[in-house]
Amino acid sequence: MNYSLKELMDYNTQIEEIAQRIGLDYYEQEFEVISFEDMICYEAYVGMPSHYPHWSYGKNYERIKTLYQYNLTGLPYEMVINSDPCIAYLMKDNSLVLQILTMAHVYGHNDFFKNNRLFKEYTRANLTIDMFKNHANRIREYIQDPSIGYEEVERILDAAHSIKYHCGAFCQLTTNFEEKIEYPYENLLEFLWREGELNEWQKDILLIVMEESRYFTPQIETKIMNEGWASFWHYHIVNELGLSSGMQIEFLKHHNNVICSVPGRLNPYFIGFQIWEDLYEKYDHSFKELARIRSVERDASFIRNYLTYDLANTANLFEFEEEERYYVITEVSNEDGWRQVRNTLANNVGVGSIPNIIVEDMQRGDHTLILRHIYDGRELQLSYATETLKHIQALWGGKVILKTYLTGFERKVICSEDKKVLIENN
Amino acid sequence: MAIFKEFQPNSRDRSVEDRRRHKELVEKSIKENIGSIISEESIIGQTKNKKIKIPIKGVKEYYFRYGKNQQNIGAGTGKEEKGKRVAKGDESGQNQGAGNAEGEDIYETEITIDEAIHYLFEDLDLPYLEQKKFKEIESEASSKKWGIQQKGIPPRLSKKHTMMAKIKREKCLQRAAHELGLEVTNERIPFHEDDLKYFRRKIKMQRDSNAVVICIMDTSGSMGHTKKYLARSFYFLLYQFLKVKYINVEIVFIAHTTTAKEVTEDDFFHRGESGGTYISSGYQKALDVIAEKYPPDSWNIYAFHCSDGDNWGEDNEQAVVLANELCDVCNLFGYGEIKISTYTSTIMNKYMEEVKKTNFSAVRIFKKEDVWKAFMDMLKIEKRTSEDGGA
Repeated sequence: MNYSLKELMDYNTQIEEIAQRIGLDYYEQEFEVISFEDMICYEAYVGMPSHYPHWSYGKNYERIKTLYQYNLTGLPYEMVINSDPCIAYLMKDNSLVLQILTMAHVYGHNDFFKNNRLFKEYTRANLTIDMFKNHANRIREYIQDPSIGYEEVERILDAAHSIKYHCGAFCQLTTNFEEKIEYPYENLLEFLWREGELNEWQKDILLIVMEESRYFTPQIETKIMNEGWASFWHYHIVNELGLSSGMQIEFLKHHNNVICSVPGRLNPYFIGFQIWEDLYEKYDHSFKELARIRSVERDASFIRNYLTYDLANTANLFEFEEEERYYVITEVSNEDGWRQVRNTLANNVGVGSIPNIIVEDMQRGDHTLILRHIYDGRELQLSYATETLKHIQALWGGKVILKTYLTGFERKVICSEDKKVLIENN
Repeated sequence: MAIFKEFQPNSRDRSVEDRRRHKELVEKSIKENIGSIISEESIIGQTKNKKIKIPIKGVKEYYFRYGKNQQNIGAGTGKEEKGKRVAKGDESGQNQGAGNAEGEDIYETEITIDEAIHYLFEDLDLPYLEQKKFKEIESEASSKKWGIQQKGIPPRLSKKHTMMAKIKREKCLQRAAHELGLEVTNERIPFHEDDLKYFRRKIKMQRDSNAVVICIMDTSGSMGHTKKYLARSFYFLLYQFLKVKYINVEIVFIAHTTTAKEVTEDDFFHRGESGGTYISSGYQKALDVIAEKYPPDSWNIYAFHCSDGDNWGEDNEQAVVLANELCDVCNLFGYGEIKISTYTSTIMNKYMEEVKKTNFSAVRIFKKEDVWKAFMDMLKIEKRTSEDGGA
């Protein structure tokens, strides 16, 4: 560390002054200085200081470490948790300038967590850390229970993880179980929790996985907005700090790396930053207007409402499809095509990237669960769907049928009780 | 005001257990797939550290995801045109690593051939390896200083002993002068040739175990590409197995039609020849090679013959005789019949009846999956004969 904690704290004081003057409204902030190994670890465990064990996090760890070792990716400068107080990590080997950038960036996220509608309605920041700790304790308890054990817990977690995002993220959870089930039922995890052939601890694991996914869904839904917002404010805050010219140049270098456009990809920092900049000019530097937008929108609506022709055209956004050996460019952001590009993007972001699978019916007679994939022109990857159905079958106990479209035709993918999968025309 | 938590140097790595479990699942998956993967490899010539890719099924995390027919959005450079195709992996193309592919979970692990072999043989029960006393030969392995001598090469010059010799001679000279009543001069006395002393080296003999694999293959017209591929898989396993067992493993390729010759690996597997089949020619060649280069008292010899069994009738008798002879000089002689159909050839039947040696093994291979099984069958024979040998 070529700087002292005191220096960090001094810069933080200045950053907070500017942030408050701007009007950012954030939870109390906690910064923890950590090593790069710790950073990999936090990243692997979705940022949480405590998280239940599962091999998939070990796999995450190895992947992150490998990518990092081969210089395929840098470690994130920042890792922020939606909690109150808001926890963020600072990697100790980063330069002072990078820490300043990170701290300023973190206040942007912190403000976003505290004020965006999705976070306010669907997460409880003050309980975050306790919730994850509690989940970890429950899972460990089941692992240590001699009548259950590691492998059984793993089996249920494997299955539950396969459908973790089918957690009815923006639906109310059922409170009255006497009520008749109404179809279609959108929350697959909750449905299996209610109706699956599971005992209490197994149901509890489903509940744990569901709660965790519901906690993370607002972050998935606002990735572009949130990263754009944080990048936009770190840019303005650090520019106001009056850094020495050497530090200022280093800052701009890092900043440009964060928000640069990566050809062929869509860097959420890039597109988010561009839109917020545009809005800042459009609303005459009015924080109130920007704050209103960050409170009520999510990525899909943010893009639909505020990605303009100029932005799409300047960023050269284009739409493409993947074929066996080629990518085919299907639309570009010229005057005729940009709306389609924008709409496709709006449809793809956030939970739009996750297929919508609902429970259509349940036949008690032959113990069959009928699922439907709400088809919007995008088809499921069949081999993944097949394996996922086997996981669902394990939780459900009986036969599982998935209605979907394959190569343009409506089909049923059927997973029998002995996990044999076959496809039938509807 | 923000709270700062200072760096705690001794933080615990809580991912250890999950990483261990992940690794365990990876290994399990590798073991399940290894038989089919390993047979793709070239027998020799590959370096130990060559990486092979193994698709891992067990540790993929499945979930509902979209297939390829969805539209993605990317940022471009402005050169994109509607309807244009960009080849994947094309450096100049802008579309590498398509936009929303971040959920992509192509999970392939890379392991070295050595690791793969380790996994492969790890589960085999091979206790007899240590019990059996193999044929060993002695070879010069290393040496150490062992006294001094008058003659030697400059690097082995012992400065200490040379100096001692010179001082000795100097003192002698002074004493002689004194006794003769001559005046003792302080003149410098140069080194003399005889002063130079050299270290002697003692050569340490090391016991070595050597094995040679003699791959004999029928390369006649009837042995098509698929059959050769199966044979190759089998030889690969055999070679790798012997490499675990022995320190030096050599490999000889003998290709035969009606005549036989020793060839390179490449020719062995890739050069097809037309013509008929005299199996005995291959065996005779093998016996010649053994007699010439690999005396059985210092080499463990493993001969294996792959053929589709379409031997010319008049050669059958001779083939059986020579097969018996090979059994006598080899640790193991195997015959692998590679067929697409299930009928058993005359020669196979003949071998079964007339080669009554404990170290003879005949296996049949129909498809890729049989290779591993055939190899295991053969190992049983090896195990039996090894135990006999050890007793």
